[in-house]
Amino acid sequence: MPTMRSLLVRGMLVGLAAALLAYVVAWFAGEPQVAAAISIEETKAAATGEAAEPELVSRTVQETIGLLTALLVYGAALGGFFSIAYAFAHGRLGALGARATALVVASAGFAVVYVTPILKYPPNPPAVGNPDTIGRRTALYFTMILIALLAVAVATYAGRALSPRLGGWNATLAGIVVYAVLVGVSYALLPRVNEVSGDFPADTLWWFRVSAFGVQFVLWAAIGLLFGGLTERSLRRHVRTEARPHPAGTA
Amino acid sequence: MAQPAIPVSRPLPVTIPVREILPWAIFAAVVGLILVYFVGAEQGATHLISGHTVHEFVHDGRHLLGFPCH
Repeated sequence: MPTMRSLLVRGMLVGLAAALLAYVVAWFAGEPQVAAAISIEETKAAATGEAAEPELVSRTVQETIGLLTALLVYGAALGGFFSIAYAFAHGRLGALGARATALVVASAGFAVVYVTPILKYPPNPPAVGNPDTIGRRTALYFTMILIALLAVAVATYAGRALSPRLGGWNATLAGIVVYAVLVGVSYALLPRVNEVSGDFPADTLWWFRVSAFGVQFVLWAAIGLLFGGLTERSLRRHVRTEARPHPAGTA
Repeated sequence: MAQPAIPVSRPLPVTIPVREILPWAIFAAVVGLILVYFVGAEQGATHLISGHTVHEFVHDGRHLLGFPCH
């Protein structure tokens, strides 16, 4: 049995490594879109005769150390959360081993914590969004994350309750349907937010959103795969150490 | 029916008791939420530290991680 301490430490370290990979995507795919959006913002500001905003942090710092720090901090937090979710799932997902369990937890986490909220409230590049509504938009985004987490809790409970009657596979499908219904109802009830002005280039918006998706995808995929691989390795080593005092076969 | 001895090549996971996970879960959740708050929302919708330096420093990360920024 792996200790909780080792899982948490592993999760946070793996989160840091995943953040480095996510930075590569953010740099090559995301930054060009951010730069394009900022130049649109500046052109607009200049056209209306607005004074340029004082630069507290230079663009160079924002796109290098700033971005990397944000990803590392977020990655470590995500890795920590992941290890807790993994600890609950470990040994409780039928006969799944460490690598498959980690992959299932990472896929579910990505779908619940990221994909579900952004389908309702997609990420926006600079120059999109009214500063006066930031409070409301932030509250709605975090509410959507919270709803997704509650929905997955209800769905898991329902799935586990149904599993003796339906069997593991069908109970899982039933749980997914419960999740989809709860999320669908929330989508319908929560207000829509669209602050993209008509003249913002659709191409920049699309590629910004695709690259933002890519950043989170790489983060979650790397956490799931690295965590699974390392946990599997440490479990195997554990089995070998335990087996050593009783070597199989005698001379 | 003699069962052949199968060498253990793939360890089957043993569950970790919930009671052992809980204290770590609470600790990690508190620390994790504070970290996510600083990356995702500080000096945006709300602020603990005045000014815009934190917001500007994590600006690109906040956009690309999908949080509402400004």
